[in-house]
Amino acid sequence: MKILIKGGRIIDPASGTDAVMDVLVERSGVTKMGKNISSPSAKRLDADGLIVSPGFIDMHTHLREPGREDEETIESGSRSGIAGGFTALVPMANTDPVADNVEVINFLNAQAEKHAWTHIYPVGSVTRGLEGKAITEIGEFKEAGAVAISDDGRPVVNSKVFTLALDYASMFGLPIISHCEDVFLTEGGCMNEGLNSTILGLPGMPSAAEEIMVARDIAIARLTGGKVHIAHVSCARSVELVRAAKRDGVHVTAETAPHYFSLTDDAVKTYDTNAKMNPPLRTAEDVTAIKEGLRDGTIDSIATDHAPHTQVEKKVAFIEAPFGIVGLETCLPLVITRLVNDGVLTLSQAVAKLTVGPARILNLPMGKLEVGARADITVFDPAYEFTVDTSTFQCKCRNSPFNGWRLKGGAVHVIVDGQLRLHDRRLVG
Amino acid sequence: MNHSATILDKAAIERTLTRIAHEILERNKGIEDLCLIGIRSRGDVIARRLAQKIEQIEKVSLPVGIIDITLYRDDISSPQGGQPQVRSTKINFDLNGRKIVLVDDVLFTGRSTRAAIDQIMDFGRPRNIQLAVLIDRGHRELPIRPDYVGKNVPTSRDDDVKVSLSETDGEDKVELMSKAR
Amino acid sequence: MRWNRKDLLGIEDLSVEEINHFLDTAFSFREISTRPIKKVPALRGKTIVNLFFEPSTRTRTSFELAGKRLSADILNITTAASSLVKGETLIDTAANLEAMKIDMMIMRHSASGAPHFLASRVKASVINAGDGSHEHPTQALLDMLTIKDKLGKIEGVNVVIVGDILHSRVARSNIWGLTKLGANVSVCAPRTLIPRFIEKLGVKVYCNVYEAVRDADVVYILRIQLERQKSNYFPSIREYARLFGIDREKLRHLKKNAVIMHPGPINRDVELSGDVADGENSVILEQVTNGLAVRMAALYLCSGGDIESEDTY
Repeated sequence: MKILIKGGRIIDPASGTDAVMDVLVERSGVTKMGKNISSPSAKRLDADGLIVSPGFIDMHTHLREPGREDEETIESGSRSGIAGGFTALVPMANTDPVADNVEVINFLNAQAEKHAWTHIYPVGSVTRGLEGKAITEIGEFKEAGAVAISDDGRPVVNSKVFTLALDYASMFGLPIISHCEDVFLTEGGCMNEGLNSTILGLPGMPSAAEEIMVARDIAIARLTGGKVHIAHVSCARSVELVRAAKRDGVHVTAETAPHYFSLTDDAVKTYDTNAKMNPPLRTAEDVTAIKEGLRDGTIDSIATDHAPHTQVEKKVAFIEAPFGIVGLETCLPLVITRLVNDGVLTLSQAVAKLTVGPARILNLPMGKLEVGARADITVFDPAYEFTVDTSTFQCKCRNSPFNGWRLKGGAVHVIVDGQLRLHDRRLVG
Repeated sequence: MNHSATILDKAAIERTLTRIAHEILERNKGIEDLCLIGIRSRGDVIARRLAQKIEQIEKVSLPVGIIDITLYRDDISSPQGGQPQVRSTKINFDLNGRKIVLVDDVLFTGRSTRAAIDQIMDFGRPRNIQLAVLIDRGHRELPIRPDYVGKNVPTSRDDDVKVSLSETDGEDKVELMSKAR
Repeated sequence: MRWNRKDLLGIEDLSVEEINHFLDTAFSFREISTRPIKKVPALRGKTIVNLFFEPSTRTRTSFELAGKRLSADILNITTAASSLVKGETLIDTAANLEAMKIDMMIMRHSASGAPHFLASRVKASVINAGDGSHEHPTQALLDMLTIKDKLGKIEGVNVVIVGDILHSRVARSNIWGLTKLGANVSVCAPRTLIPRFIEKLGVKVYCNVYEAVRDADVVYILRIQLERQKSNYFPSIREYARLFGIDREKLRHLKKNAVIMHPGPINRDVELSGDVADGENSVILEQVTNGLAVRMAALYLCSGGDIESEDTY
């Protein structure tokens, strides 16, 4: 199959390209880029006024399979990813059973092969059963195609275990994606500890709980030389710690999620359980710091932390609700509306956080748009304005705090491995 | 001032060893069951030379062994100081029933000979053991008497008899080193 | 040269001359064990105590046999039999033994530095038969003797030590000795089992066994303590064996005449597969034979003795 993308503005942060060009895709690769390419046999995608970029990568997704297929599956999650412009997802290991042995990773690969709309790059757990005690067979994970290891959802509390795991993982070049939380400080908490938690009478989770673990992880990364990736940075001091560590040459990278630069803990004031996630929404100062971290490159990547929960689970008292929100289909609009249109990032910088940023951290064979690259391409319209309606989401769950928001930006065409999967905002199955 | 005098030169050593070889053959009435064992170091060199001479005469080669007597000495392991170098013993033939000619360069107190005899006894039960030395300088401390002597040299206890052989020292010479008195 | 040490505590402080002298001496001792009467009177009347605070059969037996072949009286004290369990301190035990006029103590202890502590406080000679993760000098010497024997030299030889470097006294003693004698030493293990800063001892570090063994003349495999898995140094025996165990498949990546060594006892099919351990590259049993000679040399050399020059004897 041949696809010719005509007249789009190519933005490829990896090469610094920002120009109007045509792109020809043949089989699974990009074979031509330039002005006035003609290929009568190719399927033609009109991209006038649209942005053509490397396919987006979400390096932090919860697909819930195996174990909670009622919340999400590889099929539904990756379908939601396509709708949001993503061509690759990196599902975390906290499934049931946990991806703490190679059989679960093999299962994921087999399911992805059969059902996934996007590329799926699995993650193995750091410790067996996410218990923080016994390290896993990371060598086998690597051979089975895992791109990182993570106990995400939980921190590895024991620093010795974390050190050994980082040493062990570094043999295989795999980073540890670290969920930074001092669980003793957050125990029982359900939102950011601050004025709002005091007023609402809800137990708090101080940002210090995150800072402590970020600082610890950086210290251990410095000791071992291993690669630590700080997941879902939510607060100002975490940004500062990562910035200083990078300056010192420590192998640390970081991501944030759209809600941490789009919302504050004011969103909890209505006791909306769709504003409950871990780490929790913080303050306006934190939002400002995160934007600055994105701007100056301290934060390398934007990931969704897409965490589906059913309405049954979420429609409970705030303190009893599970943590997490869905995010694959609101990520691009929030990035465009809150970062690009508000002047925090250029379009190219914003695209980098979704493409080459995560690709470099996880050493993925994607994140670039050039001749010879694999044809994973996202074509999006930054001017497309719409009202978020969770009932139209492709994912199985509706737990989003952005329902009803007026946002700009949306994926128009998505090509995965040379196959057209989204065409004029419609899924091609 | 120390004083040194040559006791035997190259030719004299050669003549002496030829004579001892003949004496060994004469006394043992041939070479049947005969073997030579040299005591490290230099006794082994002399033993090999004697074996060559006997072979020239009899056209038959004799087994030659080497023993290192260090571990049988009666003066090791006193406190302090270093241990003498241990070298290997090489006796690649059965000693049982053999006539053994033990060969040493200088016979002095007799303690080396005693150590060598003890060690040989641990290797088997020879028919007899004879002793051949290039120099007998006297001052025996044990009842030991050589069967074949190259040269008797009267010495003082403090003197030193220095045997040089071309295989180990580059030249054939025996000197008497006297301490200045 | 002459050996002027009362104790043999480690390889770190030995000079190149001392190591070579020791190896020459041990080489000579090897012949004694081939004699019809495998016993010489060298240490007749000496009393040696095997003081083992950590279980060991091989090393203890090797020292015991070495002592007996040199005609020493040798007795064994192991933890279970000693007063240590009754609360007596190490120094008290040593003082008591010394009061009974012991000439030499061979000591194994789980605490690094224990034999050094003892040596500085007793008149008797102390030979370190392994202290914690620190040194095991006689093991390194027997390994060096074996390498010299098999390859004709140590200088320039490529030696790779594979296994738990972090906890290994054998690795440390061998690193000291082999680097002093000019060998090129590498270590290979999971990152978790390589002590930080080990490269400062002049060794190369590998975490990939195939890269590590490519140019090796000697592959020295350490015993992996199975209980280390519980402490998270590696996730499973299966993964350790797959990544670091030397088996027929990995052997194909070695030079054809590479030598396989192991200090024993072997966990068969974990760090070393049975067929390789028993195969033609293996010199493991020669190590045991050399171990006896090295321990005889250690007892002989450390027993002291200032004797008149050989020529005036």
